Amino acid sequence: MSAETVDVLIIGAGASGAAMAWSLAETKMHIVCLEQGALMNPLAYPSTGRDWEARSTSDFNSNPNVRGLKTDYPINEENSPIKVANFNGVGGGTVLYAGHFPRFHPSDFRVKSLDGVADDWPIDYNQLAPYYAENEKMTGVAGMNGDPAYPSDNAQRLPPLPLGESGKVLAKGFNALGWHWWPSDTAIITEDYDGRAGCINLGACGAGCAQGAKGSADVTYWPHAQRAGVDLRTRCRVREITVGPDGMATGARYVTGAGEEKEIKAHVVVVACNGIGTPRLLLNSKSPQHPDGLANSSGLVGKNLMFHPYAWIQGMFEEATDGFAGPHKLMRSQEFYETDESRGYVRGYTLEIQRGMPPVRTAHTGLRHGRIPWGSGHHDAFRRMFNHCTGMVAVCEDLPEEHNTVTIDPVLKDSDGIPAPKIDYTLSENSKRMLQHGVDRATEILKAGGATDVYSEWPIPYGGWHLMGTARMGKDPSRSVVNEWGRAHDCKNLFIIDGSIFVTSAGVNPTNTIQALALYVADQMKQRLANATLFD
Amino acid sequence: MTRETPPAGHLLNETEWHTLRALADVIVPPSEKYGIPGAGDEAIAKTIVKDANYGDKLPRLIAALDTLNAMAEGAHRGEFAMLSHDQRQSVAFAFREEQPAAASLAEQLVTQCYYRDDRVVSSLGMELRPPMPAGYKVDNGDWSLLEQVQKRQPFHRPVG
Ligand SMILES: Cc1cc2nc3c(=O)[nH]c(=O)nc-3n(C[C@H](O)[C@H](O)[C@H](O)COP(=O)(O)OP(=O)(O)OC[C@H]3O[C@@H](n4cnc5c(N)ncnc54)[C@H](O)[C@@H]3O)c2cc1C
Ligand code: SF4
Repeated sequence: MSAETVDVLIIGAGASGAAMAWSLAETKMHIVCLEQGALMNPLAYPSTGRDWEARSTSDFNSNPNVRGLKTDYPINEENSPIKVANFNGVGGGTVLYAGHFPRFHPSDFRVKSLDGVADDWPIDYNQLAPYYAENEKMTGVAGMNGDPAYPSDNAQRLPPLPLGESGKVLAKGFNALGWHWWPSDTAIITEDYDGRAGCINLGACGAGCAQGAKGSADVTYWPHAQRAGVDLRTRCRVREITVGPDGMATGARYVTGAGEEKEIKAHVVVVACNGIGTPRLLLNSKSPQHPDGLANSSGLVGKNLMFHPYAWIQGMFEEATDGFAGPHKLMRSQEFYETDESRGYVRGYTLEIQRGMPPVRTAHTGLRHGRIPWGSGHHDAFRRMFNHCTGMVAVCEDLPEEHNTVTIDPVLKDSDGIPAPKIDYTLSENSKRMLQHGVDRATEILKAGGATDVYSEWPIPYGGWHLMGTARMGKDPSRSVVNEWGRAHDCKNLFIIDGSIFVTSAGVNPTNTIQALALYVADQMKQRLANATLFD
Repeated sequence: MTRETPPAGHLLNETEWHTLRALADVIVPPSEKYGIPGAGDEAIAKTIVKDANYGDKLPRLIAALDTLNAMAEGAHRGEFAMLSHDQRQSVAFAFREEQPAAASLAEQLVTQCYYRDDRVVSSLGMELRPPMPAGYKVDNGDWSLLEQVQKRQPFHRPVG
């Protein structure tokens, strides 16, 4: 059977794949996207049922090994204190994400020049700024202009998320200390936007937004991309990217949900499988032309895995907070974002404020942190905590280190027999000091806001939701996998656009930057197609 | 403690079922003050077993219950569910200390089923409904609190 041939094959329909598909659609090329997962049905999301919290421990768990759906692939993560959080389906990780959507700072692209660590990016903030704006417009972002922690921007923001009672106590804490805070840029629409209905405070953003208010890529980019003609094929898991005798990509072999082995040919292949899935696919795509895995002559495919180690800090208050209602995010602080060597570490972190907790999570958190006992004191302790706590997380910049890796596990395979990834990750001393600093400062904030009790944890063990660095971009082919516009140095018709191309991680959530980069790469491709230099 | 036969089609054997209910009651006992059952209540325990039937949780739960029974045998020469209230407490607390992963699985299953039971949810003043489609109200908050930050000069780092 002869394989069909398309112009562009995109592998992965998550945050970056969706943005690329939408942007390229205007070229009218024949674009096919293969996605191993399914199209989501918001009517079946947990928040539509009484067992909604429980489902976060099963089919909507953020760890693929716990979730264990047929559309997932297992990950050997025994050798990592931080476990992976992802979702495999149309929308990718954004189906479960909290939607915290800040931009990087200009300084994040110049880490080596400013602080003498890691590397500078081959592009800068100003190059990405128009794509940030485009991405925010496509996604629908709540927030407020004028944050003194950022340069002024051209962003179109919807009204901010409600501060609520949690915001009140926390803002009081920050203000008492004279520290920065600002309403978060969050990919949650606070009013009807682009055919989607505004947020109704379900408080279940982490298990899929049944209302469609959260800007997951399946409800933002995909409907537009599909209407513009992109052919999205679900339950198609790519086994390997194929290459020709000249080492150029020729397409892919994949397995359908029914177990059929298929092949597709493409003039251009775009990989958008995230910081774990992408190196896995490249390393599984060995050939005589690319004996160490596709596009891996630098040996850097799968190296420099970055997560953002997180610290979690919560306080209990006499007054009621928002409890279970409302989006999980509301404000951020970047008081400790930039390097200050007197703190004992380089780079910094964002404090991302969280709201309250629904009942099951309250009970579980209280039990884990010794605030709610087994036995007779259980009910009184539960009621002291329920609707009376709020807190924050510290999102710490993770520096790239080559010993933090994604490799192919010699034994583990997914349900289609495709070798699965293994991660090896160590928390650096720099990260540990930064995490502790975050805990100490957050404790001060909570106490200044009136908390009667503060408890914390770092790193958050199941907090590996930001997957970055494993196919980094750069101008030097011996020190990077893709060039400054996302094309593989070793393979001139192969592009990588997900979080794996990050050079450094910054101290903010990555998805706005991942999607802005995908739009930027798409624009570079369109310009080079127009002047016939795409494969030069 | 009196014994009831486990429900038909049960995924646990009789000993496991009684052990689960007794352990759940130690973790979350009934409360007269709030007028609510313990987590060992039959309906709640059935939900626990149903929820445990996902991934590898059921075998892990059964292993945890077996361990608990072995500890009860070792300390008091009896099945966990047949011990006195105080004996169950002491064995369960020792189990929590010595088998933290198993105890944490039990806690997770117990709380995720207990705190969605109608009687318990009502006692917390919550409506008996899922979040969707009605949603909830959240106060917009006091935005005057932001004025202090708005007065601050921009402080992002220059890149040259
Ligand atoms: C619980 C949770 C909370 C989060 N919160 C935030 C937040 O608040 N803010 C933020 O910025 N980010 C957040 N994130 C992270 C965010 O989801 C990711 O940064 C983003 O989705 C990454 O985009 P991506 O395109 O790199 O990959 P993904 O969105 O992960 O998409 C990759 C897609 O590729 C598919 N794929 C992989 N391999 C194959 C293959 N071989 N064949 C076919 N398809 C394949 C996958 O199924 C998946 O759909 C969160 C993530 C989680 C899980
Ligand atoms: S709080 Fe808003 S964004 Fe979150 S799930 Fe509910 S409606 Fe969606």
